[in-house]
Amino acid sequence: MKFRKASAAAAAAAALALTVTACGGDGSTDDSAGDGSGTGKITVGIKFDQPGIGLKEPDGSFSGMDVEVAKYVAGELGYDEKSITFKETKSADRETALQNGDVDFIIASYSINDERKQKVDFAGPYFLAHQDLLVRADDTSISEATDLNTKNLCSVTGSTSAQNVKNDFAKDAGLVNRGGYSECLGALQNKVVDALTTDDSILAGYAAQDQYKGKFKLAGLNLSNENYGIGVKKGSDLTAKINEALEKMVSDGSWQKVMDETFGPAGYEFEPAPKIGELK
Amino acid sequence: MSSVLYDTPGPKARVRNIAYTVVFLALLIAGLWWAIAQLAEKGQLEWALWEPFTRLPAWETYLLPGLANTLKAAALSMVIALPLGALFGIARLSDHAWIRVPAGAVVEFFRAIPVLILMLFAFQFYAMNTGISSEQRPLYAVVTGLVLYNASVLAEIVRAGILSLPTGQTEASKAIGLRKGQMMTLVLLPQAVTAMLPAIVSQLVVIVKDTALGGVMFGFTELLNSRQTLAANYANVIPSFLVVAVIFVLLNFLLTSCASWLERRVRRGKKSSGPLAPTEPGGGLQTAGAVPARGGNSETVSGP
Amino acid sequence: MFDFLEGYDLLGAFWVTLQLTLLSALFSLVWGTVLAGMRVGPVPLMRGFATAYVNIVRNTPLTVIIVFTALGLADVYGVTLGAGDFDSQYFRLAVFGLSAYTAAFVCEALRSGINTVPLGQAEAARAIGLSFTQVLTLIVLPQAFRSVVGPLANVLIALTKNTTVAAAIGVAEAALLMKEMIENEAQLVLIAAVFAFGFVVLTMPTGLLLGWVGKRVAVKR
Repeated sequence: MKFRKASAAAAAAAALALTVTACGGDGSTDDSAGDGSGTGKITVGIKFDQPGIGLKEPDGSFSGMDVEVAKYVAGELGYDEKSITFKETKSADRETALQNGDVDFIIASYSINDERKQKVDFAGPYFLAHQDLLVRADDTSISEATDLNTKNLCSVTGSTSAQNVKNDFAKDAGLVNRGGYSECLGALQNKVVDALTTDDSILAGYAAQDQYKGKFKLAGLNLSNENYGIGVKKGSDLTAKINEALEKMVSDGSWQKVMDETFGPAGYEFEPAPKIGELK
Repeated sequence: MSSVLYDTPGPKARVRNIAYTVVFLALLIAGLWWAIAQLAEKGQLEWALWEPFTRLPAWETYLLPGLANTLKAAALSMVIALPLGALFGIARLSDHAWIRVPAGAVVEFFRAIPVLILMLFAFQFYAMNTGISSEQRPLYAVVTGLVLYNASVLAEIVRAGILSLPTGQTEASKAIGLRKGQMMTLVLLPQAVTAMLPAIVSQLVVIVKDTALGGVMFGFTELLNSRQTLAANYANVIPSFLVVAVIFVLLNFLLTSCASWLERRVRRGKKSSGPLAPTEPGGGLQTAGAVPARGGNSETVSGP
Repeated sequence: MFDFLEGYDLLGAFWVTLQLTLLSALFSLVWGTVLAGMRVGPVPLMRGFATAYVNIVRNTPLTVIIVFTALGLADVYGVTLGAGDFDSQYFRLAVFGLSAYTAAFVCEALRSGINTVPLGQAEAARAIGLSFTQVLTLIVLPQAFRSVVGPLANVLIALTKNTTVAAAIGVAEAALLMKEMIENEAQLVLIAAVFAFGFVVLTMPTGLLLGWVGKRVAVKR
């Protein structure tokens, strides 16, 4: 076992150089099948782990309302489906991803609010959701938010929905934090918590998953209005173009079709398409 | 089966041992049965939750890319930390106080700080001061944290390895007129590296285990983190968790076995005399399958 | 210069870190000693169990163990460890996970200590008719403990640092507070320096003190 310092160092340096260059080149470019036409690509930020909104399917494709809207908008901007690269933008990363130019725009259950508006521009809104509660199907003890005072809530680390409920409606509610919604659903199913709160559009997607069908229901409380917008870099000229695309999507009926197909099976009664630039 | 700690069991002791075995076995089975019954009661053993793991997509889309990222972060960290660690380990042995003291301070400092603190710092540092994309940032943060910590651990391993060499080696190289640099690169390091190889491989286990921290704390898409996306699809939190745990154990078990194999080889090669002689059975109590302590051994406990 | 600390309970967070460390140290020492006893004992099944336990636990990331205490023990098995609210439940679960993990390293350290006890000690003990339990608890372990103060100190230091993993299940210890602070405040380097200093204060004295104790109690041979 001969092991000399010089050769070891050289090998290490070579391996290092190789890996570093390899690192710069990969990322998620494998999603965009290179057709070599060079007509340009567009990168869209979506969620990867929210059924009905944005989900990375087992076969590597993407599904959900946000994905369909993204495809339509990109199509109007002159990009076919093949030239769209989807990137995961987690809630906490969205503003930075736009500011750094990692993505061209973001459709990821991204609610328009004043704090975010200071950092990024929004096109839309394209969807109006409400904060709601998901409870066990056989649980009749929760009919309004104040009922939660004696109950336990589950929330996802980094999300403010549960904290809002606690601050505004039920000060004495217990609060559990989990890494993702599916972990919260496990806790809900096993009666460790009594409700999971976030936007009804997201909750509906989970409730409609095969494994959870019939086990959960939406409480139907409109705790807040969430106007989903399409985030773009501050000052970008994309905003106007995306707004045009969204208007066309509503007027030609594609919007209704996408939403019916996505939320129909879940039995989720979504609000009609909001007017561009009008926040509720 | 006899050991120095107890006599070969006679008839009475044999009966007693059998009694212990039966009681312990009953306890084990009861515990295991409870664990499985609870899982079944909560519907976690339904085939629909496990079935995805028998098909390719779950592996291709989530687990294997996650595992690849785990291995990539671990390999990068080791490759960068090793030369850095060697440098600091040698610097701590320098004749010049102005090299020795700062190197020692740096090493002791980074050994005293949790690797998670280092990762959190690196993550935010890159976000604020560099143009590294949000997608690459978790990898950079994990690797930076692991390099800072493990380079200082490896520095100690290297230093211990060099110090464990017989003084005759140094004296002999001085006698034939080697300069300090030559003595280090031609005589001391090659022997020390061979002796320390098992400890270095063991450290790789620590690194692999630590990568999981980045997945939970800031979204590095390694194995544990990919499990979450997988569970969002198949609604199988517990099954996916168990599968990932088994992958981690198998991977690390492979590395640990590799380390002990290397150690056996190294020890066999050095039978006559040399640095490892003190750890040879020297009249101490040898229990079944015991691995005597080696220079860097205590360090390998350091990570989560 | 340090006004960014206002509004954050820094001492409280480090107090939780310290509590996690001390409680886990206690439980892991007890459980690790039991494991070591099983591992060198005469009952093959217990030996096998302890060996398997150590090998599996040492090769599992602590993060996986800690997250499992929340997703598995709390959510599926309904383990509350007698806690009334979620905060204390997750604190106790974190102590449980840390102890289960650290015990494997305590066991290994002790076993290497047992290996340093001279053969003659155990042989003499057996010759005067002591049973295995007596040999272990009266003769071998007392000497083994004295020779492994150093390695055990390393395990304790590692444990102190490992308590940060409890942040993964939302236990409000130092690392979680640091994460919150660097997300909200701009003084990244200062914040990191404060937390680094906190851990240096916690770990350095442990090493020095136990190093001194180790030298004092070492069996001269």
